[in-house]
Amino acid sequence: MSAVALRAAGLNKTWGGFVANRDVSLELAVGERHALIGPNGAGKTTFINLLTGVLTPTAGDVYVGEENVTRLAQHERVARGMTRTYQITSLFPSLTVLESVVLAILEREGLATNWWKSVAQHSGAAREAKDLLERLHLGAEAGKPTKSLAYGKQRLVEIALALATKPKILLLDEPAAGIPAAQSAEVFEVIAGLPRDVTILFIEHDMQIVFRFAERVSVLVAGAMLMQGTPDEVANDARVKQVYLGEAPHD
Amino acid sequence: MTGGAQIAEMARPRIEAMAEGLSTARWTLTEVAFWLVPVACFFLLSDYLVLGSQILITALFALSLDLVLGYAGVVSLGHAAFFGLGAYTAGLLGRHGWGEPLSGLLLAAAVAALAGWLTSFLVVRGRDLTRLMVTLGIGLLFFEAANKAAFVTGGVDGLSGVTMWKLFGVFRFDLGGKTAYAYSLVVLFVAFVFARRLVASPFGLSLRAVRENATRMPALGASVRSRLVIAYTIGAALAGIAGALLAQTTQFVGLDSLGFQRSAELVVMLVLGGAGRLYGAVIGTALFMIAQDWLSGLNPVYWQFWIGLLLVVIVLFARGGILGVADQAMAAWRRKAEP
Repeated sequence: MSAVALRAAGLNKTWGGFVANRDVSLELAVGERHALIGPNGAGKTTFINLLTGVLTPTAGDVYVGEENVTRLAQHERVARGMTRTYQITSLFPSLTVLESVVLAILEREGLATNWWKSVAQHSGAAREAKDLLERLHLGAEAGKPTKSLAYGKQRLVEIALALATKPKILLLDEPAAGIPAAQSAEVFEVIAGLPRDVTILFIEHDMQIVFRFAERVSVLVAGAMLMQGTPDEVANDARVKQVYLGEAPHD
Repeated sequence: MTGGAQIAEMARPRIEAMAEGLSTARWTLTEVAFWLVPVACFFLLSDYLVLGSQILITALFALSLDLVLGYAGVVSLGHAAFFGLGAYTAGLLGRHGWGEPLSGLLLAAAVAALAGWLTSFLVVRGRDLTRLMVTLGIGLLFFEAANKAAFVTGGVDGLSGVTMWKLFGVFRFDLGGKTAYAYSLVVLFVAFVFARRLVASPFGLSLRAVRENATRMPALGASVRSRLVIAYTIGAALAGIAGALLAQTTQFVGLDSLGFQRSAELVVMLVLGGAGRLYGAVIGTALFMIAQDWLSGLNPVYWQFWIGLLLVVIVLFARGGILGVADQAMAAWRRKAEP
């Protein structure tokens, strides 16, 4: 058994009578590429919010490695190597792309409270940001305000911000949502090219992408874990076909 | 040198050029020219130095709000609490036998900073409307506390009998206001240099990011609360220095230094000039106070009518205030100049 990077133990989240997550457990081995699938409203984003600390679980615990992080704030979990992206683009509209990524790097390095040197004097961070943007084909956009970018490019900025934190665990909430198929493949090539020790959990609706990039798949239905397995096991499971793939063609 | 390193070396100038969109602390010629204006006023407009000092002091006050509102995005209708606290600190020192100006400023800054730090924990909670109400409430609390504590503050009669020593033991605070003007200008400039450095730094960048999208910041590993606490405390300290300057140069502290009107007018000045640009605070204050002086000379009762009209026009049609319009005009002119 390889080392565990991230573990969710019996996570529950209820709002009044509504159960968004019921007893959801998941274990990700270090370096695993894991897909989380399920119909709309299955509680996938809620699950990510519970893992990252945006929401507090009604019951259950979250572990990063051996450490119980259930009581830690979101930014403290980021400091322990867990980063996420957002399904609905969440950026800094009037900051330039370069500024945003430089900020993420400075935050990672603990330099963002420095007030006596200018941002431009942190040339190491600027260089790293530039390299990262080139890798994501955003080099030409570096100097532009984020809000002036086309939607597809903004999705890439979202990923650039996450990568700039150098995560050990990366949670991607529909990273390619709303961008053309050709570009979404590009996004996943970048993700697939990350170092092998980075553990990745991603939510994705495109089954081709899921089967191509995931080593294991979890299926969430109506807030509960229906099954976990290899892509083949999931694809051939009768229950999954019935509740999930049977409903999918509306995409 | 390896091939890779050589390529990296060749690529460096381009990367450095890319970094030019990032904030630097370099001074431009326009800025130098800007600061020569108040210096020239000292020599050319010696009849107006009293108004001039008031403008400089209020500009420092507006600058302190710009860090809080313009950069960190925390709206406040109670910033006068810290201005008044600084004013009373310096005034009480002067009244009770310690008239040394610079130590008075520093102590006023410390007292205001402490109050800012303590109240910041209430202010950083919630969103805009909550913050407006909380800051408004804190402002009212300070005002009534000073009103009630008349045995210390003089209450509605104000605090008089403030005696200041010579600045550096050399310059007496004269009736013509020469010392007061030069003193206020130097203090404003020093505070401005500090604020300028702050906003160009990574800390300043992180404040802008909090303003733009506070919910995204924790996902980068930043605690929004701790950033806002620091920004609010610094803003309070600078406001305290401004209040202390007013107390020291007028040798009087009125209850209105803590008043709601002072807080509200300050927001107006900042919005007129353009929030989140530092220079907007200075320009907006100067414009507001010169207009106030001129219009109230024409008609002492209705001058606020024109200020009100100007505010509505600026907010509706000139986003970013006077400096915002100036920026857009420059950009349009540049586009025309390039064929």
